[in-house]
Amino acid sequence: MSPSVRLQEMIRVIRSARTQGEERGIIQRECADIRAQFRQGDNGERSHSLAKLLYVHMLGYPAHFGQMECVRLIASPRYSEKRVGYLGAMMLLDEKQDASLLITNSIKNDLSHSSQFVQSLALCTLACMGSAEMCRDLATEIERLLRASQSYIKKKATLCAVHIIRKVPELTELFTPSARTLLSEKNHGVLHGAVVLITELCERNPDTLDQFRKAVPELVQIMKGLVTSSYSPEHNVAGISDPFLQVRILRLLRILGHKNDTASDAMNDLLAQVATNTDSSKTAGSAVLYETVLTIMDINSESGLRVLAVNILGRFLLNNDRNIRYISMTSLQKIVQTDHNAVQRHRGTIVDCLKDQDTSVKRRALELSLALVSAVNIRSMMKELLIFLSVCPPELRSQTASGIFNAAERYSPSKRWHIDTILHVLTTAGGDVRDETVPNLIQLITTASELHCYTVHKLYRALVKDIAQQPLVQVACWCIGEYGDLLLKGECEEIEPVQVTEDDVLDALETVLQSHMTSPATRGFALTATMKLSTRITDNVDRIRSIVSIYGSCIDLELQQRAVEYNALFKKYDHMRAAVLERMPVMDKNSPGHTNGDTPGEIKEPDTSKPKPVEAGLLIEPASQVCDLLDLLGGTDTPLQPSPAPTSTPTATSSADLLDLLGGLEPTPVPSVSVYEKNGLSLKIQCDKQTETEVTVTLTASNSTQNDITNFTLQAAVPKSVQLQMKAPSGNVIPAHGLGQVTQTVLLNNPNKVSLKMRVRVAYSNQGAIHQDTVQIDSFPSAACQPSVSPL
Amino acid sequence: MRGQESLDVAKGRRVHVTGFLTSAFTAIRHEAYAHGIQCNINLKMQFMLLFSRQGKLRLQKWYVPLSDTQKKKISREVIQMVLARKPKMCSFLEWRDLKIVYKRYASLYFCCAVEDQENELITLEIIHRYVELLDKYFGSVCELDIIFNFEKAYYILDEFILGGEAQETSKKNVLKAIEQADMMQEEAEAPRSVLEEIGLT
Repeated sequence: MSPSVRLQEMIRVIRSARTQGEERGIIQRECADIRAQFRQGDNGERSHSLAKLLYVHMLGYPAHFGQMECVRLIASPRYSEKRVGYLGAMMLLDEKQDASLLITNSIKNDLSHSSQFVQSLALCTLACMGSAEMCRDLATEIERLLRASQSYIKKKATLCAVHIIRKVPELTELFTPSARTLLSEKNHGVLHGAVVLITELCERNPDTLDQFRKAVPELVQIMKGLVTSSYSPEHNVAGISDPFLQVRILRLLRILGHKNDTASDAMNDLLAQVATNTDSSKTAGSAVLYETVLTIMDINSESGLRVLAVNILGRFLLNNDRNIRYISMTSLQKIVQTDHNAVQRHRGTIVDCLKDQDTSVKRRALELSLALVSAVNIRSMMKELLIFLSVCPPELRSQTASGIFNAAERYSPSKRWHIDTILHVLTTAGGDVRDETVPNLIQLITTASELHCYTVHKLYRALVKDIAQQPLVQVACWCIGEYGDLLLKGECEEIEPVQVTEDDVLDALETVLQSHMTSPATRGFALTATMKLSTRITDNVDRIRSIVSIYGSCIDLELQQRAVEYNALFKKYDHMRAAVLERMPVMDKNSPGHTNGDTPGEIKEPDTSKPKPVEAGLLIEPASQVCDLLDLLGGTDTPLQPSPAPTSTPTATSSADLLDLLGGLEPTPVPSVSVYEKNGLSLKIQCDKQTETEVTVTLTASNSTQNDITNFTLQAAVPKSVQLQMKAPSGNVIPAHGLGQVTQTVLLNNPNKVSLKMRVRVAYSNQGAIHQDTVQIDSFPSAACQPSVSPL
Repeated sequence: MRGQESLDVAKGRRVHVTGFLTSAFTAIRHEAYAHGIQCNINLKMQFMLLFSRQGKLRLQKWYVPLSDTQKKKISREVIQMVLARKPKMCSFLEWRDLKIVYKRYASLYFCCAVEDQENELITLEIIHRYVELLDKYFGSVCELDIIFNFEKAYYILDEFILGGEAQETSKKNVLKAIEQADMMQEEAEAPRSVLEEIGLT
């Protein structure tokens, strides 16, 4: 009975198991059997036991006890055992296992075996799982095989060399000379391997690349031979002679011709020939044509050739085979920057592909469409993209939305169109847009002052219709709050005016506030908007007052705080209310982004900003008294954290701060605070605020002991975002009895306005003993050292 | 283009690796980095999987060093993804930083993972060539052949693809080599069974 039947018998038994548990039982029995076999030593059954184990391993069960058996079988003189042993090594051992090193010696011996099939096993295993050490050990052997042996071994040795180079790049020099000679081989297998090897060598080393440029004519010859040769049944695939080799050669030519005129010229004719003569009705031909196109686009080809390439891609786009359409779009994506006009010609087809069933194709079409949007076709493209947005699969939504926003920003023909587009996106895919969309849109709206009326009407209608999309609701609330008076006036040229009463508006805002669909951030928007309306409407101020006071006991901290502050605005600071709730000036998009404290409802300021023409950045709060105070404190001209709507909240708090600021205004000498006192050494610091972000800290050390302190050094560390520059100390000896001091200045730059902390290490010698200590300074002495007061 | 990237690397400029380190393949690049090896490991074919429509693995060949748990995880993910595809969809999937090229032949899915810059169409041809080889060897191959003779399927694959690259582009040569290797195996096994029959061992 042939032993392999027993393997098949086992497979049959395992497959007949009806439940997972039954299968596990059978596997356990078999594994026990196999283990026993392994222990018995050489009895001719080992290879079959290992084969059984490999099957079990493929089913997903652990098989690590077979690793040593693989090692033993590989060392066996019998071919049948070697074959299974090597297979086992490739399946069970990988370079991370220690046992893999044990087979290095066997591989070495087998590489010089008399039988080419044994050599082949060793080469295959080395190329599959050879670790860097193994490769280093065996590299010279492989190199020898590259040169001396028959084609069967040569082709394998070549690919093995490729693996070695990938693992140990330093060995490229070893293989370069032999690689060159391999190009003159006739055997396709060897030739293919040689081209792969040369490709790998050229990619790793630019000098080798220069060397191999001389081989371009030879490669062109080989390629010509393949393209024009008569039918060769051995290598023919669907009418193409050896497409695998052709593709490889084309890829090598691409690398050699890249950014090199001579090489590119030498291959121009060939590429034209291949491009025109290759029959692309089957995949093999299309593969060669595809590689040709990629090569043409990547080298310095003449323009006629480039046009030919783009046309081929255009033809691919119309192909019925979805695969071909997909890859054509992938390549068009790569060239859309450089050959924009050529690709534009195929815009129609690409946009049609947006409607394809396949998600991969849709994704490619989307990326390409976004790349093709230009000032000329923006309107029609946007129409298509918006239709796509409403039907596209969820995984593509956010990409589409951001693509649309980018395109709109760059090419919008008019502000109104821009606003309309953004609103449309927010209504269709509001949940998938990025966070910065809301502030961006708000900023855009403020700049389009002539459209305020139109915008607020549109937003009001959208709000009334549906309050599920949070970004839309947020923007709508903000606009209603800001431009509520325009809404109520009812006159608007652009759309038919609708009579909106104050009650309607307040109803809408209240619905938002009370709905369970609304997020806390949106509620914040709505509450602030309601408050702002108190200055814009005349009749229902009481209603607003009552809404605001209800939220004074809200569980949400943010809302509660806002409500309480607004209440205060109504009661104590009513005289300031109008000024505080005035309409906002146009916002500067360039303002430094930051997060305003820890309030959860805050929207982050957009970090990426394109400069937009804007009136000089002003402080948001127009209350002029506040402005002056800031100036007095050394506040600068740069806008103090201008952020969109929500931060109109701290208006009330600022009023409180105002009073404190007024208190702390007397010019006092900057105090010097002692931070360290030990063993007679005392350290004082003094802060001076130079600019918004820069602080100068002066450290003064004095000595009250009987003896001088020598070798006094200071080291300082600050939080990550703060930059530190230490100036030279005044000296390193501190005289005794407090007779003298050592000062050292440290410049700190705190661009992110984090709370300043500093850790100082002092080291000194006193009476021959070396002392070292660390001081942590958590709070700096004067108010001037604090990061700017929270925004007003 | 990859050529340009690699030249940049060769000139000593660092390859900018973006993306999460959850990808095992990015992890390998970073590992190489950690060992001071500056290379863009552009392994062409990283693995090949054969699985049934129920998701049972029939063959797995890995050309990258990964632990067993990683291999299991990756196989599960890829199999799930491919099985979720509808019949008319294109044969290419983007997954992490690789492309998955797959094709269904009867009840078996043949699936290759190649790196991003690879020519997907030629990979399809490679898959097709492997199926042809199996077909010629087994005579009208079906899934059961591959189940019961899995080691032969591996041997054939190893004669066609070495270290992730095609080693022989002629069908005839591959089949000839397999035939001769099989004969050697039989010779190595035969004397033993004869002796066993006689009862001399």
